[in-house]
Amino acid sequence: MLSRQDVNKVSLLARLQLTEAELDTMTSQLGQIVGYVEQLNELDTKSVEPLSHPVDVKNVFRDDVLQPSLPRETMLANAPHASDEFYLVPAVLGD
Amino acid sequence: MSNYDIIIGLEVHVQLQTATKLFCGCSTQFGAEPNTQTCPVCTGMPGTLPVMNRKAFDLAVRTALALNCQIAPFTKWDRKQYYYPDLPKGYQISQFDLPFSHDGWLEISDPKGKIEPKRLRIQRVHLEEDAGKSMHDEVAGSADSRIDLNRTGTPLLEIVTQPDMRSPAEAKAFLTELKLLLTYLGVSDCNMQEGSLRVDGNINLHVHTDAGKIATPIVEVKNMNSFRSVERALTYEAERLWDVWQESKQKLGDVPKQTRGWDDQANITRGQRHKEESSDYRYFPDPDLVPVTVSSERVAEVQSGLGELPAALRTRLETSYGITPYDSDVIVNQGRAAADYYLAVADGVADGKLASNWFQQDVLRTLNDRSLTIEQFGVPATALVALLKKIKGGELDNARGRQVFAAMLDQGLSADAAMQALGFEQVDESELVALCQEIVAANPKIVADVKGGNAKAAGSFVGMAKKKNKNVNPARVQEICLQLIAQM
Repeated sequence: MLSRQDVNKVSLLARLQLTEAELDTMTSQLGQIVGYVEQLNELDTKSVEPLSHPVDVKNVFRDDVLQPSLPRETMLANAPHASDEFYLVPAVLGD
Repeated sequence: MSNYDIIIGLEVHVQLQTATKLFCGCSTQFGAEPNTQTCPVCTGMPGTLPVMNRKAFDLAVRTALALNCQIAPFTKWDRKQYYYPDLPKGYQISQFDLPFSHDGWLEISDPKGKIEPKRLRIQRVHLEEDAGKSMHDEVAGSADSRIDLNRTGTPLLEIVTQPDMRSPAEAKAFLTELKLLLTYLGVSDCNMQEGSLRVDGNINLHVHTDAGKIATPIVEVKNMNSFRSVERALTYEAERLWDVWQESKQKLGDVPKQTRGWDDQANITRGQRHKEESSDYRYFPDPDLVPVTVSSERVAEVQSGLGELPAALRTRLETSYGITPYDSDVIVNQGRAAADYYLAVADGVADGKLASNWFQQDVLRTLNDRSLTIEQFGVPATALVALLKKIKGGELDNARGRQVFAAMLDQGLSADAAMQALGFEQVDESELVALCQEIVAANPKIVADVKGGNAKAAGSFVGMAKKKNKNVNPARVQEICLQLIAQM
C-alpha cells in the first residue's frame, strides 16, 4: 500500500507543497486509486505479451518539413510572467 | 606511481541535423530570436499530439550502425518526468527500457603513440528531445531567470559508453573520434559552442588495497565545454577523488552519486545537487507516440549506405596510397571534404606521397594560417594536380613549385598562368642538354673531380646553368651533367 512517505516523496518530485492535512487526504485518496489498480495483479499474465501501446499502430512518421511556429507574443501570453522576449521564472541557480 | 585505476564512462548528447524538431514542424535553426521557434506541440500544451520526424529517426539509426550497435527490431518512447523551468511539459520524451539501439563500439588509436589502440564499448544510443535554455543574469540583479524554449524538442541522440576509458586522454580520444565519425556521417555539425555536442563524464577510482580493488563512489562531471576541458576536468576530478578516498575511505554505495560542475576559469569542479535516483524519473511509455519497428532489410539498407567511415579511409590511404599511418591520420582527421581534396590530388597526380606532402605542408598550412576551410580554399584540386604534375615531371623544382603555388593561391591563377606570370618557362630538353654539354666541356677540373668519385662536385654546375638560364630545373641539370660525365 501507499505510505504517507511515498506521497510526501511524490509531492516533492511534483513540486507540490502539501499541508499535513492534505498529505493525509492524498495518502488516503491516492491509496484507494493504487489499490484499485492493484487488482490487476490478481490476473495471471504469464502468457500475455507486454503491451506498450493500447492502439495497434506502429511507425507513424512525419516528413522533416518546416511549419510556421506561433508568434512569440501568442506563446508568451500564456505565461504567468514574461518579458517581451522571455518567459520569466524564479531564479534558477547553480545547475 | 599510481595505486589506483581511473574508470571513466561518457554520456554524449548530439543534436541531429534536421530542419525541424523531433515532434513538430518548428525550426531547429540555432541563433534565432528567443522564443520564436515554438508551438503548442513542443511546449506541451494540452491536447496536442507529437509526431515523430522520420529524418531524425533515420539519422539516429545511421549513427548507431556506424557505432557498430545492434538495432532493436521494436522500440518505443517514454516520458522521463522531472520539473525544471526549461522543460515546459514537465517531462522529456526519451527512451527508457527499449532504446532503438544498443551494444556497439568505437575504436580509438593514436599514431603518435600517446594512447594504446583500444575498442571502447557503447552501451546504448537512444533518441530523445532536447530541453530549452535558462539564463540567469546575476549582474543585472534581476530576481528572475529567463527561459528560451527555441531548443525545446530538438532531436537529440544520447550516446552512452561503457566505463571502458582508463584515462582522461582516452576520453578525449574517444570524443575526437566520435566527432569525426559524426561529421563524416553528416548527421550533426557537432558544434560545441552552439551546444550541438555536449559531454558528461562519469568517473570513479578502483583503488588497489591489500584487500583487493575497491571502487570509490561515482561522480558525474558536467559543464565541460570543449574536448580539452573534458580532459582537464577529468584529470582534476581523478586527483580530487584520490584525495577524498584517502581522507574518507568511502566506497561505492556509501554515498549517493554526486554531480559536479567543471569551472573552466578556476580549473576545479564544484558540487551540484545530488543526482535523483533514476526511479525518481518515474518513466512510463508515452501514450501519444506509437512504437517503431525496424526490419532487418531496413538495417541492411542503411548499413550499405553508410559510406566510407574514418577508420576504413585511414586503412585505405595507408594501403593504396602508400602513406604512413601518421600521415593518413592527419589527412582523415581534417574531415571528409579535406580528405576528398587529398584523394582528388593524389589520384590526379598518381602519387600519394607527393600529394600528402603538399597537402600537409602547403594546403593545410595555408588553411591554418588564414583560418579557412577546405571549401573556401582558392586552389581547386585539379589546379594543384596540374602543378604537382610539373614537379613530378621535373619541369619545376620544389622551390619554384612553391612560388607557383603562392601565385596560384593569391591571384587565383592556373599553374600555367602562374608560371607565365612569374616568368618561369619550361626549358626545352634539347636546349637543356646543349647547355649542360657546354658547361661540362668548359669545366674539366670539376669533371675530373666527379670522375674521381666526388659526385657532389657536380652541384656547382647548377649555379652555372642557372646563370645562363634561370628557368632550368636544378635536379635535371645535375642529372644530365652526371650522365654526360659518365659517358666521357
